[in-house]
Order: sequence, then structure tokens, then C-alpha cells
Amino acid sequence: MMRTIRLQREDFDAGAEQAALARGRPDIGALVAFTGICRGDGISAMTLEHYPGMAEEEIARHVEEAERRWSLKGVTIIHRFGRLVPGDNIVLVVTASAHRAAAFAAAEFLMDYLKTQAPFWKREERGDSASWVDAKAADDQAAERWNRRADAAE
Amino acid sequence: MKLLYFAWVRERIGKADEEVEAPAHVRTVADLVGWLSGRGEQYAYAFENPKVIRAAIDRAHVRADTALAGAHEIAFFPPMTGG
Repeated sequence: MMRTIRLQREDFDAGAEQAALARGRPDIGALVAFTGICRGDGISAMTLEHYPGMAEEEIARHVEEAERRWSLKGVTIIHRFGRLVPGDNIVLVVTASAHRAAAFAAAEFLMDYLKTQAPFWKREERGDSASWVDAKAADDQAAERWNRRADAAE
Repeated sequence: MKLLYFAWVRERIGKADEEVEAPAHVRTVADLVGWLSGRGEQYAYAFENPKVIRAAIDRAHVRADTALAGAHEIAFFPPMTGG
């Protein structure tokens, strides 16, 4: 399986990443891409802090878990850090498989885990003040449901 | 051992990393949080609600009752908000 994991300050080109993953791969019949974008609801900017080293390893562990659960042909994950403004890309998840079900499910699984388990922290700027974003219970629940599914499958 | 702090844990403590020698009775992650909390106001503030503090040993998530034996790098941080 082709696996690309990158953490970077720079922007990414979602279309180019998808093309790179699928190029010359007639075994790929489905490709799902999710792009997370910095929303502008009241914030002027957002700074993403991360734990270098662990972030890459933690993402790799979840990609390996996705490979165990679904038959995947390729995964690309790019997560940005540093200061971003509304409209900027934050994260890209691309999954490729022979048929669509695996690619859709794996992309959702990977995003749910990135939100709650990858060591990144968002700090939002609103006017003159800045504050750390609180973790959302809804995100924990979204990640937790994959554990329940694993239990059910055993 | 090397300690790393991130996000508001880092801000409250006032540093991103440090080397510490914990006393022998500090055996678990929870013990370490308790011992650090006694080192000064800024630590007490950072760890005032231990339930929300997450920890990693050598770059892998661990629970508060995990033993520190053999750990090189221990990180403390708030719940994650990536993606």
C-alpha cells in the first residue's frame, strides 16, 4: 500500500495529491478525499501546535489500523501546523481502494482519530484575545463509535 | 527523564521542556503529576485538574496509572484538537 504522511507549515494541493496517489494504479477504483478548512466564524486566525515526532507516529499507527480494517490501496495524510487564517487548508486525508465502501469508511475513521488522538492543539484568535480550543465531546463520540464497531466485529 | 509540555500546559508552566530527576516514590504518570504539582505555583496551576491532562510516554498515549519505568520522554498536554 502506498502511504504518505506529512506534517508541514506550507499549504497543499488536494488535487495534485489525489492525482499522485492514483497515477499509474489501475487497481484503484475509488478515491475519497477530505479537506479540512479553517472556518471564519468569528476568528481572525488560528495557530496549530503539534508534538513533532509523536504526531507522525500516532498518525502512522492509525493508518496501520485502517489498513487492518479495510482493503486499502493507498493513504495520503497531510496536516498543517503554524498560523492559519480563515479559508486556509488545515488537513487532507485521501484514501484509495478498489471499491468505494472501504475508501469512504477509512477516510472517516482516519479523520475521527486525527481529531481526538493526533497530538495537535488549536489556538484561536478573536479580536485582541486568543484562546485554546476546547476538545468537543462530539469528536470523542465520533472516534469512540469505531471502537464499538470493532467490538461488534469480534 | 525529559519532560515536554504542549498548548496551555506549556503556557501555564512557562517552558516547553525540561530534564528532571524524580524521587524513587514517583512510579506512575499520576505520581509524576502529583510530584510536579508540588514544585511551584505554575505547576499547580497547569495540573490543577489532573483529569483533563493527557500524557504520552516515548511518543505513545498512556493512562495515568502507567508505570514510568524505562521512560525517556514524558509529555503532558490538554485533550487534542487537531484535524
